[in-house]
Amino acid sequence: MNVAKRTFDAVIVGAGGAGLRAALQLSEAGMKTAVLSKVFPTRSHTVAAQGGVAASLGNSTEDNWHWHMYDTVKGSDWLGDQDAIEFMCKKANEVVIELEHYGMPFDRTDNGKIYQRPFGGHSMNYGQAPVMRSCAAADRTGHAMLHALYQRNVRANTQFFVEWMALDLIRNENGDVLGVTAMELETGEVTIFHTKATIFATGGAGRIYHSSTNAFINTGDGLGMAARAGVPLEDMEFWQFHPTGVAGAGVLITEGVRGEGGILRNASGERFMERYAPNLKDLASRDIVSRAMTTEINEGRGCGPDKDHVLLDITHLAPENIMKRLPGIREISIQFAGVDPIKAPIPVVPTCHYQMGGIPTNYKGQVVVPKDGNPNTPIVGFYAAGECACASVHGANRLGTNSLLDLLVFGKSAGETVVEDFQSGNLSLKPLPADAADASLARLARLENQTGGESVFDVGLEMRRTMQKHAGVFRFDDLLKEGVSKMAEVAERAKRTEIADKSKVWNIARMEALELDNLIEVARATIVSAEARKESRGAHVRDDAPDTAENPNGRDDENWLKHTLWYSEGNRLDYKPVNLKPMSDDVKAIALAKRTY
Amino acid sequence: MSKRSVSFKIYRYDPDRDEKPYMQDITVDLEPSDKKLLDALVRLRGKDDSMSFRRSCREGVCGSDAMNINGKNGLACLTDVDSLAQPITLRPLPGLPVIRDLIVDMTQFFKQYHSIKPYLVNNEPTPERERLQSPEEREELNGLYECILCACCSTACPSFWWNPDKFVGPAGLLAAYRFLADTRDQDTNARLDNLEDPYRLFRCHSIMNCVDVCPKNLNPTKAIGKIKDMMVRRAV
Repeated sequence: MNVAKRTFDAVIVGAGGAGLRAALQLSEAGMKTAVLSKVFPTRSHTVAAQGGVAASLGNSTEDNWHWHMYDTVKGSDWLGDQDAIEFMCKKANEVVIELEHYGMPFDRTDNGKIYQRPFGGHSMNYGQAPVMRSCAAADRTGHAMLHALYQRNVRANTQFFVEWMALDLIRNENGDVLGVTAMELETGEVTIFHTKATIFATGGAGRIYHSSTNAFINTGDGLGMAARAGVPLEDMEFWQFHPTGVAGAGVLITEGVRGEGGILRNASGERFMERYAPNLKDLASRDIVSRAMTTEINEGRGCGPDKDHVLLDITHLAPENIMKRLPGIREISIQFAGVDPIKAPIPVVPTCHYQMGGIPTNYKGQVVVPKDGNPNTPIVGFYAAGECACASVHGANRLGTNSLLDLLVFGKSAGETVVEDFQSGNLSLKPLPADAADASLARLARLENQTGGESVFDVGLEMRRTMQKHAGVFRFDDLLKEGVSKMAEVAERAKRTEIADKSKVWNIARMEALELDNLIEVARATIVSAEARKESRGAHVRDDAPDTAENPNGRDDENWLKHTLWYSEGNRLDYKPVNLKPMSDDVKAIALAKRTY
Repeated sequence: MSKRSVSFKIYRYDPDRDEKPYMQDITVDLEPSDKKLLDALVRLRGKDDSMSFRRSCREGVCGSDAMNINGKNGLACLTDVDSLAQPITLRPLPGLPVIRDLIVDMTQFFKQYHSIKPYLVNNEPTPERERLQSPEEREELNGLYECILCACCSTACPSFWWNPDKFVGPAGLLAAYRFLADTRDQDTNARLDNLEDPYRLFRCHSIMNCVDVCPKNLNPTKAIGKIKDMMVRRAV
């Protein structure tokens, strides 16, 4: 196959919130930049975010970034790095105000400021009471944000390669990153993007689970590419199960529903969250609420003929308030649950939603790996931001509205770092190795020539079922161990996928087979990392690590207050310390404590 | 439970393989969890992996899976499969060049969207905090900003079929009015100038196909009417 070569100052892979925010920095600095996306930018999954973006603007209740930082560290169950968390919470107001200036249609308070609503785990005065911190555009915040960012990029003349799928990361013998290979979906042709800087903003991989709020495109392409190229993945055992996915359909119902006053009820109509989180109740952190719901269902207090879900009730809210603040939720509920939430409660179950782990980065967006005794050595030319990256601000559990904030702050930060490195002459176009495209071409040739192989559909289904059963909301040692060997088998099968469609033009079968390669890396990373972590922390809760006096909530700081690093080659695990020290000397570290809400 | 079987008639064309387009008859057995047309199409791909269409969020917010369903444009992910008469006839969105099967070339559609300068213009010094906007002023943007650029409307519009290069089309005009209606935007005159010609705005003859097909229940015709009002008011 002929491989074309194109040269840019930088390539950004992914055009969701993080990719578009990074692209703005590069375009406005005049860098020659290619932004690759599998889908037209406004179809990226940022579009589906609903409830809001966190910033301590204090428009309706008193607030400051110190409180936000405390909530985020506590929410992370102390696995988040406090320097990155300080950076994100401090920057929040700036990036949200910028968006408003770009034209984002935020809802407004009576005095004309950005409307803010309460959200899970966000509090005032270090956990005392709910705070109004989530800046919202009705329940379509992600849509409004993604479109505003795309529109700003239209103004900045950003160069997009729409419907191009990146295939593999190109590194030289020093390990420096020199760009990516990518396939144009319309023609099936492969091109090398040879660059001085490569930013990954490829989003999450929630499609490793059977029941997921994620879009079809969320296949962890950046993580797969990084893992295949020898870059470790960090903290992949931590997956967020959102409390309120529509039962049976998986479609997301925002936590903003509870922020506006929604209540979770079990079969007897009881507001059960009062028992699990007496203080914040339905607005406790997501991991806590998802576990409470699962416990209710497991103990026979679920709703419906199969007692397999609970109910999200907003029938007590004023209909005009629902129409004004939650119009999208009403549409989704009618469409996917067959229920008008003004009249009847919505059936919901915890559903895989967000990947806390990812490609290890620092707060500047540089990808960092262990090298020569330093666990955080930047890889020359490689940056990442958004859900695909692990800065780590979410640690073991992300707070709602911190994901949109993450992609704004770190998309911008990665962009700024690239521009600085570019302008100071720290980046150069290094010679491309002769075999730069060989790995990608070999994958394509294997797929082209496979006979007697496995169907992509079947292998994908087996992966999703395995992950759902073996690495769900509650985790068990025997199931995890079994899951590790099952996923190893599934990964072997994925090496022999076969497609019937061999067309060059817009071949979805080929795309899905290539995506499965990426999902498999993520699923392996998840199950292996989860099996190894012998404690309960945040979203990772094991039955053999229960709440004890010695280890509150089953958390074992003595042995497990550390980040996991998983390497694809040999399924190898390594660990690195958590940064418990904030960035500024005058900011006090948030001391370790038992998490209660 | 007995299997639910659904029959389709689907427009197929792969330029790499087919000399010309044809309609494929195909039947697929659905699982009980398959509720939307998109679920059925994903199931169908398990049988024939060459059937090509775009899809992503599967909840009606990304705008990928627009197609012509039994003669009417809509999103596969928001259409109940059981509500459709069989055989379910699927064609690509009308009026745009077909790349393959149900995938159309949307270049012209996005070119028109870009032509209205779909971004806020405000030349005052950037304030430190947010620009203020009253809840009533913000409400003016409701029904405008929610567009998902799926192209159901523009490709249902005869004026767009005839002059896709000259008429902005309902989606682009809805976006144009979204910025005209925003109290923070200062480019009103330039925006109206940009639409003041026999085609760009005035080819809309209020047929209202756009309103009929919009999966987000938006009303481009109303927005177009408001732009025309602004033109008239500016002239007197």
